[in-house]
Amino acid sequence: MKKLFALILVAMLAFACVACQTAAPAPAAEKPAATQAPATEAPAVDTPAVTGKVYYLNFKPEADAAWQALAAQYTEKTGVPVTVVTAASGTYSETLTAEMDKGAAAPTLFQCGNKAGLDTWGDFCYDFTGTDVYKQMTTNDFNLFKDSGEVAAIGYCYECFGIIVNTALLEKAGHSLSEITDFASLKAVVEDIHKNAATLGFDAFTSSGLDGSSSWRFSGHLANMPLFYEFRDDGVTAQPASITGKYMENFKNIWDLYINNSATAPSQLATATGDQAEAEFGEGKAVFYQNGSWEFSNLTTKFAMSPDSLAMIPIYVGVDGESNAGLCAGTENMWAVNSKAAPEDIQATLDFLNWVVTSDEGTTMMAEQFGPIPFKNAKETTNVFFNDANKYLAEGKYVVTWAFNFTPNVDTWRAGVVAALTQYSAGGSWDDVVTAFVAGWATQYAAQ
Amino acid sequence: MKRRTKPSSAALSATLIRRPIQRCFAIFLLPTFAAFCIGFIYPFAKGIYLSFCKFTTTSNAKWIGIGNYLKAFQDASFMHAFQYTALVAIVSLIVINVLAFAVAYALTRGIKGSNTFRTVFFMPNLIGGIVLGYIWSMIFDGILSRYGTSIVLSTTYGYWGLIILMAWQQIGYMMIIYIAGLQSVPGDLIEAAKIDGANGWHTLWHITIPTIMPSITICTFLTLTNSFKLFDQNLVLNGGQPFVFMADGTVIRSTEMLALNIYNTFYLNANSRGTGQAKAVLFFVLVAAIALIQFSATRRKEIQQ
Repeated sequence: MKKLFALILVAMLAFACVACQTAAPAPAAEKPAATQAPATEAPAVDTPAVTGKVYYLNFKPEADAAWQALAAQYTEKTGVPVTVVTAASGTYSETLTAEMDKGAAAPTLFQCGNKAGLDTWGDFCYDFTGTDVYKQMTTNDFNLFKDSGEVAAIGYCYECFGIIVNTALLEKAGHSLSEITDFASLKAVVEDIHKNAATLGFDAFTSSGLDGSSSWRFSGHLANMPLFYEFRDDGVTAQPASITGKYMENFKNIWDLYINNSATAPSQLATATGDQAEAEFGEGKAVFYQNGSWEFSNLTTKFAMSPDSLAMIPIYVGVDGESNAGLCAGTENMWAVNSKAAPEDIQATLDFLNWVVTSDEGTTMMAEQFGPIPFKNAKETTNVFFNDANKYLAEGKYVVTWAFNFTPNVDTWRAGVVAALTQYSAGGSWDDVVTAFVAGWATQYAAQ
Repeated sequence: MKRRTKPSSAALSATLIRRPIQRCFAIFLLPTFAAFCIGFIYPFAKGIYLSFCKFTTTSNAKWIGIGNYLKAFQDASFMHAFQYTALVAIVSLIVINVLAFAVAYALTRGIKGSNTFRTVFFMPNLIGGIVLGYIWSMIFDGILSRYGTSIVLSTTYGYWGLIILMAWQQIGYMMIIYIAGLQSVPGDLIEAAKIDGANGWHTLWHITIPTIMPSITICTFLTLTNSFKLFDQNLVLNGGQPFVFMADGTVIRSTEMLALNIYNTFYLNANSRGTGQAKAVLFFVLVAAIALIQFSATRRKEIQQ
C-alpha cells in the first residue's frame, strides 16, 4: 500500500515537473515565424543583403493566424525574419510596456491607435514622412500626427460600426429597413418587436452586456455618439480639456432603448458577455446588435449567417437631422515603427510594411481581415458592412467620425463610464453616468 | 558481527571532510545568492530608483525627485484602498485562522477519513487566483442574479465575496500548518492535564494553544501578508466595482485593494507610472512594517517546551 502511494506521489511529482516545463514558455506566446530560415538561402529579390529583422507586436488576437502566415511567406521570400507576437486580449498596453524594455529585442512595429497612445509612445514613433509605405497611402484621414507635423502612426485600415440588423428576422416581424430613418422610427420598430417577442420567438436587441468582453461597445462606440455631435457643434478638432455633455440625454435614449428591449433583464447586464450577445444574434434570437465591420467574418463563418440577411444601419440617438447620418467610420488600427530600434531593423520593418500593402499576398490578407485599406493597391472586400458604409456615403450622408479617439486616459475614463452604466442599469441613477462621462473627462484630462 | 565504531575517529573524519567544504562555502552559496540578486536585490533597487523617475519603459527613466511620492499621498483613491485593504486583512485574518484551527483540531481527533478531508480542504489552494476569481464570481452572480443584483453592484457583497473567496482558498493551507503543530503537542502534557482534572476547554486554552504558538505565528503572518498583497482575486472578482463618482469627476473604486490600485495607477498613462512605482515602494514598506510588528508580537507569546 505504502509503495503504491509512494509510486503515485512520484508520478505526480514527475507530472508536475513536466507540466511546469511545458507550461512555462506558454505565457510568452512567442511564435517566431520561421526565423530559422537562413538569410543566405534567400532567393535574392531586388532588395540588398538582409541585415534587419521585424518584430510586430499585434493587438488583434482574431488576426493573429493571418499575420503569422503572412510573416512566414515574407520570410520565405526575402529571408528577413519576421516575428509576430500577439498580446492577449485587453492587455496590449501592459505587453507593449514590457516588450519595449527589451532593448535590441523590442518590437520594431507596434500599435499606437489614439491620442492617449501618442501621449505615451510618441517618443518611440518613427516619422513616416517620405517612406515608401507612406507614399502608398490614399488618405491622411486616419493618420496620427505629432504637433511638429511628423507622421507618428499610419492608419492601415478603417472600420465602421453601427447597428447590425438581421433583415430576415426584421421582415418576419413585419418590418423593413426602409422604415428606419431616425430615432423615433427605430424606437417604434424596436418596441413593436419587443412587445411581440413571445410570439415571434426572438427579441429586438441582443444583450448589452457590461462585462469587459462587451462593455467597450458602449463606453467606446456608443459613447462616440454624444461626443461626435458635441464636437461637431463646437468645432472641436483636438483633444478638449473638458466636455459639456450636451447630448447626454440622447445617450440615455439609446441606452434605454437597448436595455429595455432585449431578452436579458437590465439588472443582469453587469456580467453579460460579448460572446453571449454575439451568439444571441448569430442564432437568430435578436434582430439588432450593435457592433462593427469586424464582426462580419464571425457572423458568416462561425454562425453561418447569410450575408444577404445582414445589414448595418447608423446608430440613431434622436439628434436633429440625423436621418442624414451614415455609419461611424474611423480607426484605432495604426502602425507605428519603433524609432529606438536599430536603423537596419527600422528599414526592414518599413520594407515589410510596404510589401504588405503592395504585394498580392499582403493586400489579399488585408482585404480579408481588415476590409478596405487606405492604400493604392487595396483589394475589393466581400464584407457587406463596408458596402453599406459606402452606400450611405454615395447617398451624400455624413460620416460619424471616431470622436472617442480624443478620450483622455481612455481605459480609466471608459472604466468609469462602464461602472456607472452598470449601476444605472441595475436601478441606479443616471446622474452618475453624466458625472463619469463629463466630470470624468475633465479629471482624466487633468491627470494626463 | 561486531558493530563498533570509534567515536573519535568518526568525529575526526567528519572534521576532515567538513573543513575543505567550509572553506569553499562561497561556491555552494553562489547559485542561490545569484538568483537572489537577479530575482530580488536588483529589481528591488531599480524599483526604488524608478519611484523617483518619470518613465515610459524602465530603460528610459528620467530623475524627477520626490514628486511621485507627493502625488501618491495626495491621491484619495490610494488612501481609500489602504483603508479597504486593512479592513479586508483584519477580518480575513480572524476568519481564516479561527476556521483553519477549528478544522485542524477536528481532523486531529482521529475521525474516520480525516486524511481524505485534509486533502479535500487543501485542494482549493492549488487553484490559481485568476481562475478562482472567475469561479467565485460565477457562483456569487449565479445566486445574486436571482435577486436582480450582482457582486459588482454592491460594495458590501464585494467585500464579503472577497472574504469568502480568501477563506476558501487559504483555510486548507493554514489547516496543514496547524495540523503539524497539533501533532507535535506532547501526549504526556495532555495526559497530565487530564489527570489534574482539566476539561477540554482548559486543555485547549492552557496546553494546546500555547504549545502551538509557533504555528499561530506563521499562520497569522501568512494570512496578513497574503491579504495585503491580494491582487488577482480582487482584479477578477470585482475589479474595484462599484465605483463612487465624486462631484469633481474623480472616481473611488470602492472595492479596490492596494495592489490593484497600484496597477491601475501604473497603467493610467505614461506620466503616472512613476506615481504607481512610488505607491509600490510605500506598499512594500507598509507590508514589511506590519509583518515585522506582528511577527515580534506573536513571537513573544511562544513558549519553550
